[in-house]
Amino acid sequence: MARAVTTNRKITMTVIAWSIGFLIFFPILWTVLTSFKSEAEAIASPPSFVFFDWTIENYGIVMERSNYFRFFMNSVVISVGSTLIGLIIAVPAAWSMAFVPGKGTKNILMWMLSTKMLPPVGVLIPIYLIFKNVGLLDTRTGLVIVLTLINLPIIIWMLYTYFKEIPVDILEAARMDGASLRNEIIYVLTPMAVPGIASTMLLNIILAWNEAFWTLNLTAANAAPLTAFIASYSSPEGLFYAKLSAASTMAIAPILIMGWFSQKQLVRGLTFGAVK
Amino acid sequence: MSTQHSRSAARLMISPSVILLLAWMIIPLSLTLYFSFLRYNLLMPGANPFVGFENYTYFLTDPAFFSALTNTLVLVGGVLIITIVGGVLLALLLDQPMWGQGIVRILVIAPFFVMPTVSALVWKNMFMNPVNGLFAYMAKFLGLQPFDFLAHAPLASIILIVSWQWLPFATLILLTAMQSLDSERMEAAEMDGAGPLARFFYMVVPHLSRAITVVILIQTIFLLSVFAEILVTTNGGPGTSSTNLTYLVYAQSLLNFDVGGGSAGGVVAIILANIVAIFLMRMIGKNLDA
Repeated sequence: MARAVTTNRKITMTVIAWSIGFLIFFPILWTVLTSFKSEAEAIASPPSFVFFDWTIENYGIVMERSNYFRFFMNSVVISVGSTLIGLIIAVPAAWSMAFVPGKGTKNILMWMLSTKMLPPVGVLIPIYLIFKNVGLLDTRTGLVIVLTLINLPIIIWMLYTYFKEIPVDILEAARMDGASLRNEIIYVLTPMAVPGIASTMLLNIILAWNEAFWTLNLTAANAAPLTAFIASYSSPEGLFYAKLSAASTMAIAPILIMGWFSQKQLVRGLTFGAVK
Repeated sequence: MSTQHSRSAARLMISPSVILLLAWMIIPLSLTLYFSFLRYNLLMPGANPFVGFENYTYFLTDPAFFSALTNTLVLVGGVLIITIVGGVLLALLLDQPMWGQGIVRILVIAPFFVMPTVSALVWKNMFMNPVNGLFAYMAKFLGLQPFDFLAHAPLASIILIVSWQWLPFATLILLTAMQSLDSERMEAAEMDGAGPLARFFYMVVPHLSRAITVVILIQTIFLLSVFAEILVTTNGGPGTSSTNLTYLVYAQSLLNFDVGGGSAGGVVAIILANIVAIFLMRMIGKNLDA
């Protein structure tokens, strides 16, 4: 029984919440706005919020001068590639642990999680030296391998928590009705598993896209994704605010949109099912 | 449904994951451990003699190590306090009836999806820059002297940037937990005369304690490894005033090419992270039984 909320209180809460939300979002908004300014207007004092000459020239300059498309493609290949390979390896594992749990299942799951706690800096040197010796340094393949491995525990865990929710009774009912194992998988299990797999994929692409330890340390000119491209603006070039903003906006826009769609899965995926 | 047959099939399905993760753990870890006992510098090719604990003595007695350790603790602690206090308040706020709750939520969680290099550079240049940054403009507008954040308060500035990135995570998790709070019990408590503060401390906080623990543990794992934010804003400086353990090991190994010393630092970082990990694993393990 919810009591009637007074309109006054609702108005107050709305105003406070919107103001704080706006404040937290402001740096992103400011970046997007600045990307449409000229360099002179970007550092104008007083700064202008909306009433400036809107221009898209910064986007053109950034793309032309820095071969933006190549960095973008590296990000796409690395994040999507590592996610897909991770899923191929993880789906069978999560599947069998959820449906055919054995005595050791819990220990295996916990152990997998523990590999995620290994601080990357603890294995930086060996990975760097191995990659250098086998020619994987600064290659997309090398980064796909590393990101697949560091995100594999998260993928398995997320899938496991989703698969765990598929009722086993349904399988038995299908079997009673004479469904073969093949039909059972195609018509009964897959439709129920797809949403979980899709959310896992989305969250993992986001994590891989924003990963900024390995992508910065293992790449130079060839395989550098957007994280490294933006890091190159830490030189005095970053003082060209409008161009920095245009580059930043292009780097975060796709993932920001994906992120908003996956906000519910985020809690689940990153807390390993501990908070639902 | 678990016949002998399906069991062996299950084992076959798990094995690729297990083998890969095992290799990923054991090979680099044993190499790090091995290198940490060698005098091994990439700039000085030749024999890499075994030197026992020399690298550890060197790394642990380096004044930079002590300051990096302190900075790591201050960074992790500072961000945790800000994000949890802020997160609880924001979650309380977002749980109130209002118009456009979904939109506010989208605004609040947005920073989490911004890649670390972007957020660090945007804050560094467009907000904290002492000449053209927005903060400098605001200071001048109020008649104050612009403050050079990253030069004079580098660690605090990095804490601010990282907190902005992680506040959404804490908020989202605490909000999820808060929404499972039984509203009838809250109303019953209110009828019995419990004031808002009493309800907050005796009902909301205990209910959130589990979610808060999860936030602390997970954020700690990630915060111990903060790297990109430091690299693009201060490079660990001025001096070592914003160098954390991760950055120190990186500098030792990839900037000074000291494989031995860097590896010793890596082992120290692993030990510290493990202390946190043990607590986190216990929490999650308990939940797995339930």
